[in-house]
Amino acid sequence: MNRFAELLDRLAYEPGRNNKITLLVGYFRETEDLDRGYALAALTGALSFKHAKPGLIRDLITERADPVLFGYSYDYVGDLSETVALMWPKAELPGHNNPPPPSLTDVVTTLRTLGKAELPAQLARWLDELDETGRWALLKLVTGAMRIGISARLAKTAAAALGDKDPHEIELMWPGLSPPYLDLFAWLEGRGDKPVNSDPTPFRPVMLAHAIEDSDFANLDAADFSAEWKWDGIRVQAVAGRDAHGHVQTRLYSRTGEDITGSFPDLVPSLHLPGAIDGELLVLRDGRVQTFNVLQQRLNRKVVSPKLIKEFPIHLRAYDLLGDDENDLRELPFTERRAHLEAFVAKLGDPRIDLSPTVPFASWQELAAARADPKSAGAGDDADAVEGVMLKRRDAPYLPGRPKGPWWKWKRDPHIIDAVLMYAQRGHGKRSSYYSDYTFGVWTRGDAGDELVPVGKAYFGFTDEELLQIDRFVRRNTTEKFGPVRHVVHEPDQGLVLEVAFEGLQRSPRHKSGVAMRFPRISRLRWDKPPREADRLETLERMLISMTGS
Amino acid sequence: MRRSSPRMAIRYRGIDAYMSGMRPQDILMPVPAGLCCKPGGFHIDPVRPVERALITHGHSDHARPGHGAVLATQETLDMMRLRYGENFAGSVQAVAYGEEIRLGDVTVTFHPAGHVLGSAQISVTCKSRRIVASGDYKDARDPTCAPFELVPCDVFITEATFGLPVFRHGDAAGEVNKLLASVKLFPERAHLVGAYSLGKAQRVIALLREAGYDAPIYLHGAMEKITYYYQERGIPLGELRPARGMKKAELAGTITLAPPSATSDVWTRRFPDPVTAFASGWMRVRARARQGGVELPLVISDHADWDGLTATIAATGAGEIWVTHGQEDALVHWCKSKGLAARPLDLVGYGDEDEGETAAVTGEAQPDGEAQPVGETRKP
Repeated sequence: MNRFAELLDRLAYEPGRNNKITLLVGYFRETEDLDRGYALAALTGALSFKHAKPGLIRDLITERADPVLFGYSYDYVGDLSETVALMWPKAELPGHNNPPPPSLTDVVTTLRTLGKAELPAQLARWLDELDETGRWALLKLVTGAMRIGISARLAKTAAAALGDKDPHEIELMWPGLSPPYLDLFAWLEGRGDKPVNSDPTPFRPVMLAHAIEDSDFANLDAADFSAEWKWDGIRVQAVAGRDAHGHVQTRLYSRTGEDITGSFPDLVPSLHLPGAIDGELLVLRDGRVQTFNVLQQRLNRKVVSPKLIKEFPIHLRAYDLLGDDENDLRELPFTERRAHLEAFVAKLGDPRIDLSPTVPFASWQELAAARADPKSAGAGDDADAVEGVMLKRRDAPYLPGRPKGPWWKWKRDPHIIDAVLMYAQRGHGKRSSYYSDYTFGVWTRGDAGDELVPVGKAYFGFTDEELLQIDRFVRRNTTEKFGPVRHVVHEPDQGLVLEVAFEGLQRSPRHKSGVAMRFPRISRLRWDKPPREADRLETLERMLISMTGS
Repeated sequence: MRRSSPRMAIRYRGIDAYMSGMRPQDILMPVPAGLCCKPGGFHIDPVRPVERALITHGHSDHARPGHGAVLATQETLDMMRLRYGENFAGSVQAVAYGEEIRLGDVTVTFHPAGHVLGSAQISVTCKSRRIVASGDYKDARDPTCAPFELVPCDVFITEATFGLPVFRHGDAAGEVNKLLASVKLFPERAHLVGAYSLGKAQRVIALLREAGYDAPIYLHGAMEKITYYYQERGIPLGELRPARGMKKAELAGTITLAPPSATSDVWTRRFPDPVTAFASGWMRVRARARQGGVELPLVISDHADWDGLTATIAATGAGEIWVTHGQEDALVHWCKSKGLAARPLDLVGYGDEDEGETAAVTGEAQPDGEAQPVGETRKP
């Protein structure tokens, strides 16, 4: 447990992705089986036991420490598990032979079978045996609140790196594996065969596109590419397959491989033929595609009520076919997969699933015209839900990840406003000496005349050279400091105007301005523009109305 | 900011009826300038210029320039001279540990506090009553200074920097091993260790040497003078080099000591993908470490932790405890729960030992570099 605790401790402080992987690989290499397998399970969220409630932890400490001192300490530390881990009294165990601290395997296997009544005494015993970091990790584990900034994907990538394998291979076999992953580690260390995935509905790593730049077109031949609309929904993978009994099982995955079937039970019956569709999840009302704002109402719901299903009818628009029954189609060129897809969708014959139409074009000029006006180029009334066009090489296989060349996305021009830099915060990792996170605002009428109200935060979009310039500006024009945050001068005639590009707007009660931006980034530095000429909140309000109609 | 309180005078009226004759507050009394000893005609660690000052140790929040006469250990006087120049006081007198000095109606002696090189607790005896003002102290081992000496007394004045039971510092050698393991794991990166330039930096270097690390250790410009002074005093620190002027690639796999404020400054851009470490007792608390952007927190403190504070208080045999700078409330509560008379002393101006140290940076940081230290400032 102590070694796992050290790993968690270090990971919690490490901002860099590659450094996190280095730490994880080091741990997997030096730790024996069972323990490292359960660690991988803990990091990928694959462990299941009843979590301990915070009240139980609180009771344990107040039985052992002065409640007043606990109160002062909790106020100071601000985190229950950490406070208890730090102030847990040193155990005075009888005799010289103190029991060794529990291993991660001890903890996980005991918790699986432990009765609720036995939990407090068992936890107290472990807390006596562990050091501070061990206690902290134990409490994080048993309360189910790890929050150390490691995704399941990153943990799997590190496991793959241990055996110099492609993480996608692990992703493919993952649904068929279970803790403590003895077969996986044996294969990674070259001691065993590759584990076989017996899952009838595996996730296949998705293929992503690069954003195209104006300069790229010169080297590309329009005849090599097929184009289709880029729909503003949620990219998903819908997989159906036959289990050992011949029954069709269905799963819906997000683009990162997260199982989201439970959120869209209304789509499941439509996926009745074995196959794997890559497509976009949309809400359709009376045959019309709704905007992303509407689709969002269906996301992150704990309970999917019949009312929700009725008001937000879900739809799958199919881009690609990765598997047709038993056949893996990913090695085929796009044009052949497209033919399979058209046949498959026709065979499904379900109104909830349709083809993403292609956009015909003979030259880049023609496609540019279609992109500028999707309404008259075939998208019709659905044009508002189009965020650009996708270009796919006709001869390209379906490749995992984001290979450069076969797929391009060519988005519609983003929305642009001029805003004023208000606060700057230092970044993390390599950016820790730079002010690289910016809060910006626009003008609005306040009690005492015009004032700036924050409307968003951006931390990319600028070049390295621009970052240096802004960093210098922030350091020279700070009016106040609060820890890592600096207030930067923002007066009508003094301050920095940032051109901010964004994809959309939403109403947001959490923001003082009442609006929130999607995907904001800095597109230009307007050194030439005085802050008084920056945009006003009314401009955003108008954009919001034209985008959502509300 | 901490409050300065006119309540002090009221708080003292009518207490200690159990003591006959001279009351402790007639001997030592908190005033805006610091702890004042009227019968001896001096102040201890005054924060404003006074006629006669007794200084516990060289940190800038305790040792300030501009006093008429200063009495302190030789090391503390030397450090003040290094920081403030030759004319930092009207006159100076060096005192050895244990040497008795008569001042007015009181006798004072200095005893090792174990905090930094030359640090002292000041014992003030008037008639038969003894008060010990311990300044900053620690009871943990430190190869760079004399160990803490327990001085039995009637009234013990203790700091409370880490006066919460969540602060347990553990073994500093273990923390240094953590640093060395990280250097081994990331040989292509530089390791920057934030540490106060007086005391902590030298202790970390000495601990690294004890752990067998014998490569050159690099220093930020603000560290050089004081570290070389430690070497002059016979403390072995191995080969030290200025980080200034080194090529980026040459700093891969090395360890550099820097003031905490420099580890998030533009100064760090000369290092290859630096791992930011910070050696401080505050690192025990994760939120504190994260606030400062620390990637490798090292729990190494020059102050006593909770167990050290409570054990020391009990061992002095003092019946009355005055608690200064830090988490006074919790420590006063603990004392009372043990049947000791205890009260907080609202002394203002301590606990900012790294404030202003960047000013001493020799042209390394930009003039607009961070004035706010990464840690060791108080939680608002």
